[in-house]
Amino acid sequence: MSNGANTATAAIAPGERITWRALSMNRNWLGFWFMLPAAAFLIAFLVYPLGLGIWLSFTDARIGTPGKFIGLENYEWIIGDSKFQTAVFFTLLYTFVASVFKFAVGLYLALLLNQNMPFKAIVRAIILIPFIVPTVLSAIAFWWIYDPQFSIISWSLKQLGWIEGNINFLGDPWNARWAVIFANVWRGVPFIAISLLAGLQTVPPSLYEAATLDGATRWQMFLRITYPLLTPIIAVVMTFSVLFTFTDFQLIKVLTNGGPAGATELMATMSYNTAILGSRIGEGAAVSTAMVPFLLAAIMVSWFGLQRRKWQQGEGDG
Amino acid sequence: MADATRALPSGDQSEGMSYLSTLPQRLVTLYLPLAIIVVVLLFPFYWMTVTAVKPKEHLLDLDTHNPFWTVSPTLEHINDLLFKTEYPLWLWNTMFIAVAATILSLIASVFAAYAITRIRYRGAQMAGGLIFLAYLVPPSILFIPLSTVVFQYGLFDTPFALILTYPTILIPFSTWLLMGYFKTIPYELEECALIDGATRWQILVKIILPLAIPGLISAAIFSLTLCWNEFIYALTFINSTEKKTVPVAILSAFTDGDQYRWGSLMAGALVGSLPLVILYAFFVEHYVSAMTGAVKE
Repeated sequence: MSNGANTATAAIAPGERITWRALSMNRNWLGFWFMLPAAAFLIAFLVYPLGLGIWLSFTDARIGTPGKFIGLENYEWIIGDSKFQTAVFFTLLYTFVASVFKFAVGLYLALLLNQNMPFKAIVRAIILIPFIVPTVLSAIAFWWIYDPQFSIISWSLKQLGWIEGNINFLGDPWNARWAVIFANVWRGVPFIAISLLAGLQTVPPSLYEAATLDGATRWQMFLRITYPLLTPIIAVVMTFSVLFTFTDFQLIKVLTNGGPAGATELMATMSYNTAILGSRIGEGAAVSTAMVPFLLAAIMVSWFGLQRRKWQQGEGDG
Repeated sequence: MADATRALPSGDQSEGMSYLSTLPQRLVTLYLPLAIIVVVLLFPFYWMTVTAVKPKEHLLDLDTHNPFWTVSPTLEHINDLLFKTEYPLWLWNTMFIAVAATILSLIASVFAAYAITRIRYRGAQMAGGLIFLAYLVPPSILFIPLSTVVFQYGLFDTPFALILTYPTILIPFSTWLLMGYFKTIPYELEECALIDGATRWQILVKIILPLAIPGLISAAIFSLTLCWNEFIYALTFINSTEKKTVPVAILSAFTDGDQYRWGSLMAGALVGSLPLVILYAFFVEHYVSAMTGAVKE
């Protein structure tokens, strides 16, 4: 009896050791096979095109012809091009103004939604709708709202007697710029508000109770409790927001197509117009590759902003 | 000052403190601003809907009929859209491409997320970081070289051009989301299964996936929405009218010259958004967790 038990344990022990050893030995191979599908997609359709895009920007490729290496000629050409300069200027303006407004309104909305109220879940669900509906389709609605003759905004303001004639929303350079920025803010606010709300809900209520007992004002509580605790999520959300605003394409394509006279051209729409419509692939690739340094800078800023905050918190706690 | 301290904080889940602010106060500081924001956020959809059901002759005549409302709603535009254009086909294309791309990317993401969180091969951490970086590469930078790649592979103007390229947007997102879910599943479950002689495959299919179903749903519906929304690839890689997706097709189909057919455009935008809004209505919580989950990590 005891003999049988001994052989049984003896049989299990080496077996177990073998499976564990085999597993740990195979771990890397197993990982490789599991990663293969994702890696294949990302290498074939993301990493390779990314490299190819940089290469194309140094060639004179056109649609149908591969092109040959011409060095920095494309970059020299676009940097001297006033259309490109306008596009860079407006891309930066668009990103900066829209991000600031999105952040301000988004944070305000998140703070409002974090209060107790009836039908909170429904209100939150409704607020996300602009984010759900495809951008092109909501942009079409804005296109109609901004119509030069039949705009509902112009009509309402005329009824109120505030303006005389119709507002030329998309025909005047600066009107068009503010109009597309407004549409972008409109679409981006829900995402930021709901993400920040998720962050707000993780702030322990006891901190506010303690602060109230110490006589803190509402503003002090926001500045000393809410904002510091929210910083990590703000950094991530704003990185994404800046990234997607900077590389925006859909909204401009639908609303103005870069017009009037290139006033609302973004770098992304310019690269599309140059490479696909103008069939100058090399030049278009140079325009889109020129976005990369700006994007890296934006990512760095928010990343190091986040790091510094962590370090400060560590310092404060220690 | 007394007022400021009495108007109590917003970031507070306990009901203990909100009773201190009176109703008029809340009306001004909470309900009024909230109402304004909600109205602004929803107005374009309201306007889209009203325009889509207005008779044609009322559309461009703002003065004789109140433009904010219509007393004689008509299904004329929607009828034209569904039976006189290729709209149903475009809707089908959009759905087919979105579903196919979502399934492909979910499969790839499940494997990748499981390998990174649980197999922990050498370099798993770095692979996770690289996948996150891939999330930050925007389609606007990739579409020009991708169009030449798509052409080389002979995929140009076929649904596969989109089905195979959309996963590059979806995989990084879904992998990060699923990694978060997989991390919450206790290790002990897996160890028990390993000791009982289960293979990695069995563990994945019988233990991990059933426990990660909420995460899978979140990833799937969010991926569907992203595909539906995608524009620049669909615009660049598809040429024939009958193969286009809804966003690209309605933009080119209903804008003949300067006479925009506003009724049809709005009906097209409305019908194209409805499937997503309905899906969203059923899965609000999954949706929110998908959105915030990918951001939180």
